[in-house]
Amino acid sequence: MGTYSGIVQGERFTFDGLARLLAVATPEKSGDQLAGIAASSARERVAARRALADLPLRTFLQEAVVPYESDDVTRLIIDTHDERAFAPFAAMCVGDLRDWLLGEQANTASLRAAAPGLTSEMVAAVSKLMRNQDLIRVARKCEVETAFRNSLGRKGQLSTRLQPNHPADDPRGIAVAILDGLLFGAGDAVIGINPATDNLENGYSLMCVLDDIRGSLGIPTQTCVLTHVTNALALLERNAPIDLIFQSIAGTQDANDGFGVSLEILQEAWEAGLSAGRGTVGQNVMYFETGQGAALSADAHHGVDQQTLEARAYAVARAYDPLLVNTVVGFIGPEYLYDGRQIIRAGLEDHFCGKLLGLPMGVDVCYTNHVQADQDDMDVLATLLTSAGVNFLITVPGADDPMLGYQSLGFEDLAYLRETTGLRAAPEFETWLEAMRRGGGLLAGQSAVLEDIGLVA
Amino acid sequence: MIVSPAGLMGLTPARVRLDAAGTPLPLSRLLAFQEDHASARDAIFEPLDWAGIETAVGPLHHIRSQARNRQEYLRRPDLGRKLHPEVTIAPSAPDLAIVLADGLSPPALALQAPDLVRALRNSCPEARQAPVFAASEARVALGDAVGHAAHAKMVLILIGERPGLTVSNSMGAYLTYAPRPGIRDSARNCVSNIHDKGGLSAQEAAARLAWLIEMAQATGQTGVGLKDASPGIGAEIQGP
Repeated sequence: MGTYSGIVQGERFTFDGLARLLAVATPEKSGDQLAGIAASSARERVAARRALADLPLRTFLQEAVVPYESDDVTRLIIDTHDERAFAPFAAMCVGDLRDWLLGEQANTASLRAAAPGLTSEMVAAVSKLMRNQDLIRVARKCEVETAFRNSLGRKGQLSTRLQPNHPADDPRGIAVAILDGLLFGAGDAVIGINPATDNLENGYSLMCVLDDIRGSLGIPTQTCVLTHVTNALALLERNAPIDLIFQSIAGTQDANDGFGVSLEILQEAWEAGLSAGRGTVGQNVMYFETGQGAALSADAHHGVDQQTLEARAYAVARAYDPLLVNTVVGFIGPEYLYDGRQIIRAGLEDHFCGKLLGLPMGVDVCYTNHVQADQDDMDVLATLLTSAGVNFLITVPGADDPMLGYQSLGFEDLAYLRETTGLRAAPEFETWLEAMRRGGGLLAGQSAVLEDIGLVA
Repeated sequence: MIVSPAGLMGLTPARVRLDAAGTPLPLSRLLAFQEDHASARDAIFEPLDWAGIETAVGPLHHIRSQARNRQEYLRRPDLGRKLHPEVTIAPSAPDLAIVLADGLSPPALALQAPDLVRALRNSCPEARQAPVFAASEARVALGDAVGHAAHAKMVLILIGERPGLTVSNSMGAYLTYAPRPGIRDSARNCVSNIHDKGGLSAQEAAARLAWLIEMAQATGQTGVGLKDASPGIGAEIQGP
């Protein structure tokens, strides 16, 4: 284990090991304080950043923050590292990478080429040396395109997941929420529901509800029931209409174990999804959710700060070529992200790290009622992320999810973002929306549409 | 057939509008949202009326966690799971210990716990004998420490759930057999969403808990090994 040191105001601070150095350098988060690994003073934090700036990037290939022998996420990161893509950065320190990212040499093409050469720990480290505007500036240069039944992620696009959750999984209540979102042009990334009851039969019937609505209205989008990956595998065997396979993932093997998943199960699910062959424009079949603090809450953090672990979850995600990845940034509660300021910072970090690693990154801009935040904070984060070129955002009716009991963005927020930025939905989806509008709108031929989506017999 | 938007809106508690023509949120909806958020926020910080609960259910044994105040409680869930060192609990070895806990919604406890405890005492002999603890700044797992210290065969904790925008005073109930600090959440049975806005009533919850207590007595376990087969099973809250 290496020892690192930095000087602030004439005082030398030393840090034993990379994990310690990263944890002290990271911006203040209540979760790192809960874990007992945060900086003990603001000066110590700056000293760690000085030390980090002078750290050769290659160090991250030689010293693992979670042991290679006992953690399959570390093995995935090291074993799939692309030395050729890393070559332009091989002699750089973390501080040099920060300067390169902000410079003119870093553009859409060179960032795309760099992604396989950068590891989770490298991008997490460099983010700790960057201000919010830096995270926006660099992420905006990235472009990560994916496709299933439409094309997502092109510059100029802002897509949305339409999240029509219902506390009792009532099909008609779900249909009303979907209709509400479609009227605002939401749902091109996915129409995705969190089931209130997570069992096979309920999952199967919800999948059919979503697929029937999508099919009868001919919407060029994909649907997803966010059930456990093993449920999706079982239901694929029964030929359930599954477009995307969902799973929550985290940045250590132990934390993934807590979610009941392994890299092998994810591989199996990915292959099963590809075999189903339901994509028409492309074949990105996986959908992942993540969030800072997940590993700590599973007591599986190994003394590593929550933002570095979050970036490690992205290494898991990118192994399966997903259509969508999003951080559920404010869901976890004040013991991990205390207030709006910490949620905003974490949202920008997560988006930046995901994009740099080549992921189609989205964000659930959200908070719970026991955190010090409100819709004003969500306005700020949504505006910043849109400026940063986020692939997609989560939207729910009136910004209030009545099943999960938390607040996200509302469909009106999407209207605001499109109006102020000129960003559009996926092109195939836009064409469908236009056709609907020409026909007088979704509610014009009301009875037909309502019949199509099962609201009237 | 023409269906009115109002009729459709009645099908979901979601804040649907079915009108995208005027995209800015109408002010009345903005203020209604802020009203609900304010209620949820206030619920978290509202002091609990223990005296009122004591009048309704009889003597309470007051205990507290290691969290010193609400701010610390919110930031340090680990402290909310540990008994304060000055707390003393007699090892009376009851079949059941009942812990009333403020949790994230003290008003939920004041509204639902008295009725639930009364209903449970009517239907469940273990509950009639059970000591009742009043726990402040408490998380669910604090019940394990209480049950362990009391040498209780099982512990039932009634606790205020995290307030939502629609419902800010919902209570949850967790039953744990052979409680001890560090026991896994998978070793509990949970009955959640106990509230008067379309959730489980205190009487329904008590009936379900009485069934669970009887089964736990008979089989010597709770949690994944004890499937809730009482009439009607409520959905549990889970993350996205």
